[in-house]
Amino acid sequence: MTIQSKAAPVRFDGVSKVFGKDVRAVDNIDLHVDAGKLVTLLGPSGCGKTTTLRMIAGLEMATSGKILIGDRDVTKLPATDRDVSMVFQSYALFPHMTVLENVMYGLTFSGFAKPEARSRALAGLDLVGLKGFDSRLPSELSGGQQQRVAVARALVLEPQVLLFDEPLSNLDAKLRRQVREDIRAIQKDLGLTVVYVTHDQEEALAVSDEIVVMRNAAIAQMGTPRQLYDAPNDRFVADFIGEANLLPCEILSVDGDMAIIEIEGYRHTLPSRGLPTGPATIAVRPSRLVIDSGDGVPATVAKATYVGVRMEYTLTGKFGQVFAVHDNVDTPLEPGTEVRMGFAAKGPVLLPE
Amino acid sequence: MRVSTTDKTSHPVLIFWILAGWVGYCLLPWYMVEDGLWSFEWLFDGYPFDEDYAPAAFLIGQGEKIWLSPLLIPLALPLLVLGRVKSDPVYSRILILSGTLGFGWLIAQGFSIGIRGFNYDWLGSLFGDIRLRQFGMGYGAMICATAFLFLLTQGIAARGAINGDVFVVSAIGGVITIVTAFVFFPIAKMLFAAFVTEDGAYSISVFFAKFFDDRLWGLGCLWGARCGAAWNSLFLAIMVGFITTALGLAFALVVTRSGFRYKRALRALTVLPIITPPFVIGLALILLFGLSGTVTQFVAELFDLTPTRWLYGMPGVLIAQTLAFTPIAFLVLIGVVEGVSPSMEEAAQTLRANRWQTFKTVSLPLMRPGLANAFLLGFIESMADFGNPLVLGGNFDVLSTEIFFAIVGAQYDQGRAAVLAIVLLFFTLSAFYAQRMWLGKKSYTTVTGKGDSGVHPLMPKGLAIPVMVVALGWALFTAAVYAMIIYGSVVELWGVNNSLTFKHYVTAFSVRFEEEGIRWTGAAWDSFWTTITIAAIAAPLTAAVGLVTAYLLTRQSFAGKNAFEFGTMLSFAIPGTVIGVSYILAFNVPPIEITGTGVILVISFIFRNMPVGVRAGIASMSQLDRSLDESSLTLGANSWQTFRRVILPLLRPAILAALVYSFVRAMTAISAVIFLVSAKYDMATSYIIGRVENNDYGLAIAYSTTLIFVMLAVVGAMQLIVGRTQIGRRMSQSRTNV
Ligand SMILES: Nc1ncnc2c1ncn2[C@@H]1O[C@H](COP(=O)(O)OP(=O)(O)OP(=O)(O)O)[C@@H](O)[C@H]1O
Ligand SMILES: [Mg+2]
Repeated sequence: MTIQSKAAPVRFDGVSKVFGKDVRAVDNIDLHVDAGKLVTLLGPSGCGKTTTLRMIAGLEMATSGKILIGDRDVTKLPATDRDVSMVFQSYALFPHMTVLENVMYGLTFSGFAKPEARSRALAGLDLVGLKGFDSRLPSELSGGQQQRVAVARALVLEPQVLLFDEPLSNLDAKLRRQVREDIRAIQKDLGLTVVYVTHDQEEALAVSDEIVVMRNAAIAQMGTPRQLYDAPNDRFVADFIGEANLLPCEILSVDGDMAIIEIEGYRHTLPSRGLPTGPATIAVRPSRLVIDSGDGVPATVAKATYVGVRMEYTLTGKFGQVFAVHDNVDTPLEPGTEVRMGFAAKGPVLLPE
Repeated sequence: MRVSTTDKTSHPVLIFWILAGWVGYCLLPWYMVEDGLWSFEWLFDGYPFDEDYAPAAFLIGQGEKIWLSPLLIPLALPLLVLGRVKSDPVYSRILILSGTLGFGWLIAQGFSIGIRGFNYDWLGSLFGDIRLRQFGMGYGAMICATAFLFLLTQGIAARGAINGDVFVVSAIGGVITIVTAFVFFPIAKMLFAAFVTEDGAYSISVFFAKFFDDRLWGLGCLWGARCGAAWNSLFLAIMVGFITTALGLAFALVVTRSGFRYKRALRALTVLPIITPPFVIGLALILLFGLSGTVTQFVAELFDLTPTRWLYGMPGVLIAQTLAFTPIAFLVLIGVVEGVSPSMEEAAQTLRANRWQTFKTVSLPLMRPGLANAFLLGFIESMADFGNPLVLGGNFDVLSTEIFFAIVGAQYDQGRAAVLAIVLLFFTLSAFYAQRMWLGKKSYTTVTGKGDSGVHPLMPKGLAIPVMVVALGWALFTAAVYAMIIYGSVVELWGVNNSLTFKHYVTAFSVRFEEEGIRWTGAAWDSFWTTITIAAIAAPLTAAVGLVTAYLLTRQSFAGKNAFEFGTMLSFAIPGTVIGVSYILAFNVPPIEITGTGVILVISFIFRNMPVGVRAGIASMSQLDRSLDESSLTLGANSWQTFRRVILPLLRPAILAALVYSFVRAMTAISAVIFLVSAKYDMATSYIIGRVENNDYGLAIAYSTTLIFVMLAVVGAMQLIVGRTQIGRRMSQSRTNV
């Protein structure tokens, strides 16, 4: 007995959700999730991630717009009739049923005979590494095990789309890393379409094929983890995905795709991203700041912290304050040291003002 | 911090209790004062030398009641430790010795020597036939006993029990003592009474003779005769349990899982059982369906039938109890139905279960604890209900009324009352036990941190329609019944003269303004003021005992905590009728001789309503993080200061709710009260029942209506004060965790 995938794409066309009269939880979003891909919805609290997810599941009905799963228009279809399963933040395991009964639950409503449902459920438990736990009650499992039961319960239905709402938020840091890798491995093996909600950007970067960054009920940017990290559209995305130092600069000249910028006399060449000359903002990741390169913006070390694998520095200067990391832990810089701060050749990006 | 307290050689608490002991012994009247202590007539009537009012010290000074003299030793002993530090082993040893000796001796002499001398023959033969006699303990003796108890607990604390915490040890000791004295002792006494023959000897055969009585277990109704009271009660209680649970569930579903617009009105229903004396429903049913009832007359005229007395008997009692107790089931179930996490149901839906399957396989099973609780409550309330069977029972005998007639009727048979009460207790405790078994070990709550939001799905269509019909139909019926109560109170003579009048209110509540002030000339004022006074005295005491117990159960751990919890909750499963009988049997002879006083009423209310206070306290205390107390303790406060400064202020809403609830329950209670009232201390409910027995329905209903409005005002004022903290919700929590 193996679990297969009937993965299907998901499409949102101009979907909005309004609660009550004027709470606009999701505002006119277009979204396309390819079959067999893991897409993360990422964003600050209250930006509409859960609502989007629940609209895919059919637990919330879109106020306007169209939702398609595969080729089928499911906009008006209730959860029961959609081929979607969901792993809840609280896991929502049925406390009065054993682990096996929980996993079999959906199968019995999908037209499987009892023995068939049973063997499929056991296969599901096997897949998530919970062989032999079938007769326990959820209350007799650890948090991580409960989480995996919830995953197995959703998986065995071989849904077109599998949804996760912050599945790791109740786990401790160490378990979180392991479970997210497990989820990703299963998703890849079975080729599932997965939509995954989180507000942990590191988690999003680690597991996703594609990330959708949401802000105020709308999509701020959508792309692969690399695209978002290396080329954020705006300050919000730059700041939300990884830490970014935002510095004011002047675009001196644009030559084709490349631009030359200047900060306090220090010049740097980077992709222009269609910006004209004049004032702009540059976003630089902490690891892309090169300290003491000889050439650069004058700055002073305000704080130096040893965190084991690297040094973390806070630098101040006319530009304000930036945060930098450095791999050299053997000869750390003392606070008060005057340094020159340059940019790595790749990494820094221009942001529209 | 701790070190400095143990080093102190001044012990204010200890000094207080030593003083209290001496005051009780030397100043206050030792025995019960006939006219009550608070009349202070005794002060001018021969005190301190008159034998009736004398303190113990004066009694033995005059050579009387010399068996009280040994108490001087334990009273004097603690004086020896005043200069010592707490950690000194002598300190604790002397206090324990003094407390045990004093308390033990008090109890021993109290039980040995009664009104007619020695209570046990072997004592008489041991000491010869000296004429010793004494009456029930008075305030002097009580205070002395309390002092010994707390000297003992201080001794135990000084030995290091519960970190040497005097407050906690004393609280545990105090609660155990009063629960033993006022729950276990009377029940035990009742058990013994069932074995007593007419000439005072013990015999098993008496018990069996009374137990296997045909009036108790007869199955005559199977072939047209009458059935025994035990079967009747059992059958009725099971029916009421099932029907009220089903109706309560229907109401709860309408409120939480339907698009019904007037949910708030339905929720208001939950206040009804709190403010209505249960038998009032019975009265209203008579107005509707009795021989001269509105509906009866209407139907009789319409179809030209002769009105029958069908209401009187099983059908009437069943309808009345269902009306009266459905809101209680609703109260329990609404909390449970709302408590089922919406994500459970949503999960089921995403797992391809349709609404009906979701309801059947997830929602309903998760409501099981609530259903079991609601059934248990309906069952116990029905078993204990006294008013409705009395008003409507006709030839349908049930245990509670049989008990009453065994005690107050011509037969006056304490033994039979005790046997009946034992059967009743057996039924309710079995139900209590069965509920626990049915729920089993299964967990009905999930163990997770952050929860999902989400909404409860609506009921499946096929279910929604019948549920709506049933719930709304029943709600309308309830409304009609309550309208009847109000209307009935202003009708001259029901069925005979239907003109409107305020005559009944005037008879009950007239006042005359004279020069000396207001004269309460109405017939009801006496019992009304008594009720208010007793309820007002009982309420704070109930709340206090309940909250202290809740504090011990949630915040402290000590050996025997489970037994302690079981003991304090037991009185919940004891029907009021049983409490009533056992109190009469236990407390009309020394050492605690309080039948016929207001004290016994207050005490019965405290222990009847205590479980509610405990549950309310536990519910709100477990929401207060333990780190609050711990931080207070580390800041140098002791546990009493922590309790008073940190916990009490945070519990203000819970305290207020417990106060109002016990006040209102004391005003509506009847089953225990009916046994304990006396000419001097008559309560509103028993007065009304008396009126009903004299066929004076107008007055009875007018009085009931007044009571309902008074209590509505109390509950309403409470709602205003506490604001959004809903009394209904709070109660449902406390009711849920039986
Ligand atoms: N049932 C509801 N009724 C009214 N408003 C709602 C409802 N559900 C969500 N909202 C509102 O819609 C907005 C989006 O909510 P949503 O739950 O989608 O946020 P989220 O991105 O999942 O946030 P979080 O990271 O905190 O889970 C919020 O402002 C929320 O208050
Ligand atoms: Mg969310």
